[in-house]
Amino acid sequence: MSAIELIDADPIVVARRREIIEGLSALVDADALIADEDGRRAFDTDAFTAYRRMPLAVVLPSTTKQVSDVLAFCHERGIRLIPRGAGTSLCGGALPAEDAVVVGVSKMNQVLDVNYADRTARVQTGITNLGISGAVAHDRFFYAPDPSSQLACTLAGNLGMNSGGAHCLKYGVTSNNVLGMTIVLMSGEVIEIGGPELDSPGYDFLGMMIGSEGQFGIATEATVRILKMAEGARPMMLGFNSAEKAGACVAAIIGEGIVPVAIEYMDRPAIKVCEEYAKAGYPLDVEAMLIVEVEGAEREIEHLIARITEIVSAFEPQVVRASTSEAESAAIWKGRKAAFSAVGRIADYLCMDGTIPISTLPQVLQGISEICDRHGLQVANIFHAGDGNLHPLILYNANEDGGLEKAEACGAEILKLCVEVGGCLTGEHGVGIEKRDLMTVQFTPVDIDQQLRLRDVFDPTWLLNPGKVFPLETKAAA
Amino acid sequence: MSQLQTPHDEDQVRQVITKVREAGASLETRGGGTKAEVGRPAQHAATLSTLGLRGITLYEPSELVISARAGTPLSTIETELAKHNQQLAFEPVNFGRAAKAARLGEPEDEATIGGIVATNASGSRRVFAGAARDHVLGLRAVNGRGEIFKTGGRVMKNVTGYDLCKAMSGTWGTLSVLTEVTLKVLPQAEETATLLIANLPDEMANEVLCSAMTLPYEVSGAVHLQRPGASRLIAESDASDDLSGLDGSAITALRIENVSSSVAYRMEQLVQRFSAFGEVTTLDTRASLAFWRAMKEFRFATRASSASARSQSAEDRALWRISTAPSAGHRVVRMISEFMNVEATYDWSGGLIWLEVPETSDAGAADIRRVVATIGGHATLIRATPAVRAAVEVFQPLESGLMRLSRGLKSAYDPDAVLNPGRMYADV
Repeated sequence: MSAIELIDADPIVVARRREIIEGLSALVDADALIADEDGRRAFDTDAFTAYRRMPLAVVLPSTTKQVSDVLAFCHERGIRLIPRGAGTSLCGGALPAEDAVVVGVSKMNQVLDVNYADRTARVQTGITNLGISGAVAHDRFFYAPDPSSQLACTLAGNLGMNSGGAHCLKYGVTSNNVLGMTIVLMSGEVIEIGGPELDSPGYDFLGMMIGSEGQFGIATEATVRILKMAEGARPMMLGFNSAEKAGACVAAIIGEGIVPVAIEYMDRPAIKVCEEYAKAGYPLDVEAMLIVEVEGAEREIEHLIARITEIVSAFEPQVVRASTSEAESAAIWKGRKAAFSAVGRIADYLCMDGTIPISTLPQVLQGISEICDRHGLQVANIFHAGDGNLHPLILYNANEDGGLEKAEACGAEILKLCVEVGGCLTGEHGVGIEKRDLMTVQFTPVDIDQQLRLRDVFDPTWLLNPGKVFPLETKAAA
Repeated sequence: MSQLQTPHDEDQVRQVITKVREAGASLETRGGGTKAEVGRPAQHAATLSTLGLRGITLYEPSELVISARAGTPLSTIETELAKHNQQLAFEPVNFGRAAKAARLGEPEDEATIGGIVATNASGSRRVFAGAARDHVLGLRAVNGRGEIFKTGGRVMKNVTGYDLCKAMSGTWGTLSVLTEVTLKVLPQAEETATLLIANLPDEMANEVLCSAMTLPYEVSGAVHLQRPGASRLIAESDASDDLSGLDGSAITALRIENVSSSVAYRMEQLVQRFSAFGEVTTLDTRASLAFWRAMKEFRFATRASSASARSQSAEDRALWRISTAPSAGHRVVRMISEFMNVEATYDWSGGLIWLEVPETSDAGAADIRRVVATIGGHATLIRATPAVRAAVEVFQPLESGLMRLSRGLKSAYDPDAVLNPGRMYADV
């Protein structure tokens, strides 16, 4: 039993399952249609694993044409459709439904063209996030957005959720790093937006598509910005005896005109869990730790580390340690990037994703601690401090009766607090089903109407990724 | 209703829109009016100016965020940011001088922050730091239905719901009237330096620009000015003395911005790398700031003349903005120059071309659009007489699917075509 209500399957569509599968089988290769129960079970959830629904069928097309054919087929018959990348969504963004066909882009994973002069790569969207960087790394280029799931997650999913990552303080999120897309609309119509040029004519369709949580169309190809790697990069670890001091230190670094490539914050519980897992050499006797990374040539790095060390000294740091080797740098980042897995070893957890104005950090951490105490739950806080994106990991026991519901209630309170202090419900994970019912906390009905109108323009049928982003009772705007 | 409406809060904006809508009429919407002569000419019952909506409403330097009412002059915001050594990293450009003549005895119009966002007007640093739309964190606006709404917020990362900030940016006032914008700001660099190379032919210059962007030195401006544009810029910039040795030359310029030690190191690297291409000069911070300010103010373009003067002068030239793949910039210019006499200034490492052409009956639209279609990209006519702007598509015509979606957006947010109808496209 779980707290979030899922949409009801349409029994008429479910009853036509055999006929629908037969129709789909004419559109794609035999191995691209998954109709058996065991096969479908692999697609019945995403990384928000508390919720599962067996899809009606799964299709894994190999071409834009096949995606278009499948969407047109479903459109004609009023069949719901769930776009899927790698299924790493933390908010149920790729959760299927019993009357819905899952369309996965994982077979479309090729790099089509790389152009260093234009600093672009044209790729199929089933490629993994890290796969793009991997394809250009030998020439010391990379694709900047770096969500923690980058080894597994696809560009398609990143486009759907406008994914961020630890380094977006400097390099921006997905929407700042994409120049063109091939989109298949629900009707099957194929639309080309942008290309290697730096902007597109007319309205900003690229900007509207990115972050539309799979409800506007399916992107099959994209032109992404690739960047030359810095000559070098080095993280430093800073330890403090209070959240206030760590927060003030972040503000001071930025206030001095230095924007590091990343500033990551971990509280004591997070440090402990990650250190046990990754053996990164994190200080265990501090209340808050910052990982600050700077980039450049060797002498630039040295200069920046000296500047930051000077700024930090005003905040009584207990630890100031710059990495001294490649191996140490890798370990420092390994600990941070493995935070979710590390926490997952000791408990079930819900990962929250609110963003707050940085100055409210001490107040918000205090509030989170009180909320979790009230629910009798433990929390570990990880925070992209430079841009205010907070990831409280709420620990709970899924086997305990009502454990998940309790954690969800606790998470909802935390997100409300983020909105209250001037922040938002989600910085990079998306709304999905998880935060759907909280949208009214952040937006008025009129604000939400403007969003629904956008959805109506791209998918007037609302067949694409139903039951997500907006409260279920929400209806199409007038 | 009088012809010029200057509401002082968003509820008054709503009232004006509602009244015009009920009367079945339409509104011209504008900020400072610097781009008032860009777009298809149209007749409207009234003009809604956002100049009554003024003032910075939030500025938190340590959180890199500023909010201001839409009619706040850009200069007010830039002055306030500069007090804290911060800036709008997308380097908003001021079209005013190039796009619209000042009336005799009056000062040039001044751009507003709302107008900058509504036109996504991004300058040379766009190639490194992103466009205006990339820095919009939140908006308040009133749509053509008279609904006041907000989207986004004041925090740096926000994927709560669809990205209406992008949906409303760059729409030239055709979907909503922006009433307040919240922008990400960034620190100003401690130092700026510029590498100049004289007299490169366009093709070689384009290669230098693109090659510079593939280096790990974070080049934040990469431009090439053909001789006429370079001469105008030198004559009108505050760095005239520093640039006097280059008068009469084409100029290729690369900018480095960073802490002082980095600037020194990176400039050394650039000089080493590019001195084989031609005679190299460098500008220090003061001269660099003057050079790039002149770029931002369109000092390379011929000055717009008033409509009455224009009809009598044979010297007037139309101005196009062409966006293409950066490495293809010189090919676009070369192909167009087979059909007409052109003067080009390349920005964005070749990906943005400001092209002056003779002001013929279609300002070269047919040939320019054909070339752009061949190579890829799009072209917007920024300056031409109303007669020319009425005769040709000012904004790049869209593929049928995108055109249909554009009409869908218009009818979603402004179903009765109250806001700037026809400015971008005939039925949008």
